[in-house]
Amino acid sequence: MKTKALKAAFPYTIPIFAGFWFLALAYGILMNKNGFSFVYPFFMSLLIFGGSLEFIAVTLLMSPFAPVAALTMTLLIQARHLFYGIAMLDKYKDMGWKKYYLIFGMCDETFSINYTADIPEDVDRGWFMFFVTLLNHLYWVSGATIGGLIGPYLHFNTKGLDFVMTAMFLTIFMNQWMKEKKKYTGLIGIIATALCLILLGKNHFMIPAMMAIIILLTLFKKPISTAYTESEENAQ
Amino acid sequence: MSPMTIPQQIITIAMCILGTMLTRYLPFLIFSDKRPTPQYILYLGKALPCAIFGMLVVYCLKDVSILSGTHGLPELIAIGVTVALHLWKKQMLLSIAGGTMTYMLLIQLFF
Repeated sequence: MKTKALKAAFPYTIPIFAGFWFLALAYGILMNKNGFSFVYPFFMSLLIFGGSLEFIAVTLLMSPFAPVAALTMTLLIQARHLFYGIAMLDKYKDMGWKKYYLIFGMCDETFSINYTADIPEDVDRGWFMFFVTLLNHLYWVSGATIGGLIGPYLHFNTKGLDFVMTAMFLTIFMNQWMKEKKKYTGLIGIIATALCLILLGKNHFMIPAMMAIIILLTLFKKPISTAYTESEENAQ
Repeated sequence: MSPMTIPQQIITIAMCILGTMLTRYLPFLIFSDKRPTPQYILYLGKALPCAIFGMLVVYCLKDVSILSGTHGLPELIAIGVTVALHLWKKQMLLSIAGGTMTYMLLIQLFF
């Protein structure tokens, strides 16, 4: 039963392997270049298992100690998991002990496979989703740890490698942007944050920016919701 | 070098783990099939991601100074390359790799 589920799950994870290894290696190397031993990327990739936040965590660790801001930032960056969880309430039901690991490992990529995959009738759903989660987790942790280990031996100039984080968020943002018919939410995110950065300076702008985004999304709930309903009607 | 002591680093990483796990486990603790999800939460679920990723793009660029140094030119060019690649091929990996290599070449060779 397990082998069959593993065989069914593996092909779904191959594209994730390429993406995870590329980003995780870059993350491990980046940590190393900032003076952290491979133990850091190992534990962080194992226990956080969320790429966006781990890149942000490099910046957090290189800034003055601010635990409340770190937690707030984490909650906002990771808030999307709340909605993955809501979507998976039903699918992760009745999974026994596996449920706890499935929820623990529910990063963007794992969610998108487990949410959309057509699992064959004769394959155990629980084990299928378990192996998708486990394989992705394995790719991420191995990539990050190896990146941290080979960092000291890389003698080519890695200056500018940190742009990998900007490019990653930019492409995720573009994917979201292209899905939105009216661009309200993307514009709110960019403009509110840029204004806070200009007005408050780079050390104090993030919490106000996050608050401004929530407030603006709440104030403009009506037009934004209408835009969603319209695009859903057009899609039908 | 990190300006934090080791315990401070551990606390910071613990905050990242705690926050992440809260967002992953919370729905399973508070919502059930019987209790419908509040409408406002569903709305935020749709509206928040695009805004947050926009915010993170700006966050990544917070150290760029437009008035001094390279005037943000290498960042601007690399962002242009990333966007162009992504509009053209829609392959995340290609866009990220292309943009990053452009940036590394620019600041190592020309700026």
